[in-house]
Amino acid sequence: MTRERIDYTDVLLPYKNMQSSGTALLPKSVYEQNKVSMLAMNFRGPYRIRVDRNKPEPKIEHPYDAIVRVTRSLICGSDLHLYHGLVPDTRIGTTFGHEFTGVVVEVGSGVQKLKVGDHVLVPFNIACGTCPFCSQELYGNCHESNPEATAVGGFFGYAHISGGYDGGQAEYVRVPYADVSPMVIPEGLDIEDAVLLTDVVPTGYQAAEMAGIRKGDTVVVFGAGPVGIMAARCAWLFGAGRVIIIDRLEYRLEFAKQYSYCEAYNFTEMDDPVLFLKKQTDWLGADVCIDAVGCEASGSALQTITGKKLLLQAGAATALHWAINSVKKGGIVSVVGVYGPPFNLVPLGSALNKGITMRGNQASVKRLLPRLIDHVMAGRLNPKGLITHRVPLEEVSDAYHLFSAKLDNCIKPLLIPPKANAA
Amino acid sequence: MATKTEKEQAPMGDRNIADMPKDYIPGWGIDADPENDPTYPMKKWNGADHERLNYPKAPQQDTDVEILKSIERPVVTRVFGSTVPPSGLSGMLRRKAFKYSEGTSAHWMGLILADRINMVEGLIDDLSKGYIPNFFKEWGWPAEWKYNRKKFVQKAAIGTAVTLAAIWLLKKSAKKSR
Repeated sequence: MTRERIDYTDVLLPYKNMQSSGTALLPKSVYEQNKVSMLAMNFRGPYRIRVDRNKPEPKIEHPYDAIVRVTRSLICGSDLHLYHGLVPDTRIGTTFGHEFTGVVVEVGSGVQKLKVGDHVLVPFNIACGTCPFCSQELYGNCHESNPEATAVGGFFGYAHISGGYDGGQAEYVRVPYADVSPMVIPEGLDIEDAVLLTDVVPTGYQAAEMAGIRKGDTVVVFGAGPVGIMAARCAWLFGAGRVIIIDRLEYRLEFAKQYSYCEAYNFTEMDDPVLFLKKQTDWLGADVCIDAVGCEASGSALQTITGKKLLLQAGAATALHWAINSVKKGGIVSVVGVYGPPFNLVPLGSALNKGITMRGNQASVKRLLPRLIDHVMAGRLNPKGLITHRVPLEEVSDAYHLFSAKLDNCIKPLLIPPKANAA
Repeated sequence: MATKTEKEQAPMGDRNIADMPKDYIPGWGIDADPENDPTYPMKKWNGADHERLNYPKAPQQDTDVEILKSIERPVVTRVFGSTVPPSGLSGMLRRKAFKYSEGTSAHWMGLILADRINMVEGLIDDLSKGYIPNFFKEWGWPAEWKYNRKKFVQKAAIGTAVTLAAIWLLKKSAKKSR
């Protein structure tokens, strides 16, 4: 089933070069007369984004594609790594956004499960469902959705090293392999909870799951961003005996304390966070440590200069460094913080000498969704409680700056496109 | 445990490597335990890893735009994004970078360099189309003005002072050289 489409080839032809250079700028009159274009976030360089009204609408490019009209989208902490220019192959003209919900408006000839009109939540992973990794439920590691890299699967709206797909901070999105990951939002599930189930909740949950938490364990979470806060909350679901969260921003620590029922400490008030944590854990170290910070960590001048200023390593690995040093011998370090692909300075000698296990992965959203929806419906998790700002898509550049500069006590900004509530 | 039963239930294509008899090796697999896989229980082990590339694949997506492919892959994936194909000088650098594997600095640093050049290309492209970017808005400064006005004013004052000082120094050195 397909929606009625008009052939705009002739209209678009004069603008073909503009599109290939990434600007996708059409005169307003073309947009108004032909309605071929849509509102979309447009990356123009580090710390520079705008919203364009004239990005061509996506089209079906493969029989397994669907086109979705976005109803809600979020800005992820990992979008900030793109925004700050830290991720290689982030091309000018890309539309970000890998956390979104939407209504199906068109499906390809091979799509069997989804139909026009379905309101779906779209996991950030693009997964084929049949490669060796998908078939073993590692949907975040699909081998058939990203030609540009082998280490990472396909994601919506990330750098081209994640497949070159546009994202959900727009009015419409092309959703490949539509029958595999997207899920019709169950009745009774709030749309704001649904959009957070596309990444934040599964990533936080999987961080706790990978940590192999045993009942009574002391869990330390580095980073009180949305994922860290969710990881701390989920640690209890696995039976943690004590949950500690570490960050530098007081408002986030206060939020985490309330939301995740955990202890919260500010590392800027400590001489040495590792020593502090050793003292807090009877000098043995935490049973598990979770790195929910990634490549933009603060707290070490050496890491900041080499990782964030000079780009001699893939961002600052301060949190991972602390995690390896703070965990007990034989403990587990779970990594969900995003790092760039080249390499980072981490104490591998300590990891070896302490016999620790390090686990990390992109969340396998599809695998986790049934369990997580159950948790949300039963009131055990409250994802939408993380949303602090609801912003029209037209003001996306303000929303990015707000989130990036941590203004107005921002935890998680939600973007609402103008056509979100269209019939 | 996993699992012959799971293996038998796994979708079968041209998959026969994992089922090859290895009985001639004494004790082969006797201590195998899928639960000892560090990715367990996140990975539902079904033996597909050992079947290599013999898995059911989607039809190949067609395209008329240039897609750069990792040299660690034999062919392009069945589905891919076709947005913002490489172009200009940055495109040349990206093509060059993709001649190196993902394990090399040449690949990643080449892409970072291309990104920085692409930023300038984007600006030139905008201007050549008669579009003057609104930097104030693109940097999100309305939010800074709204929520962090004191710092915004402070930054603006410092910026203005530095600019005026630079202009004054330039004028002074120009006078001297005359």
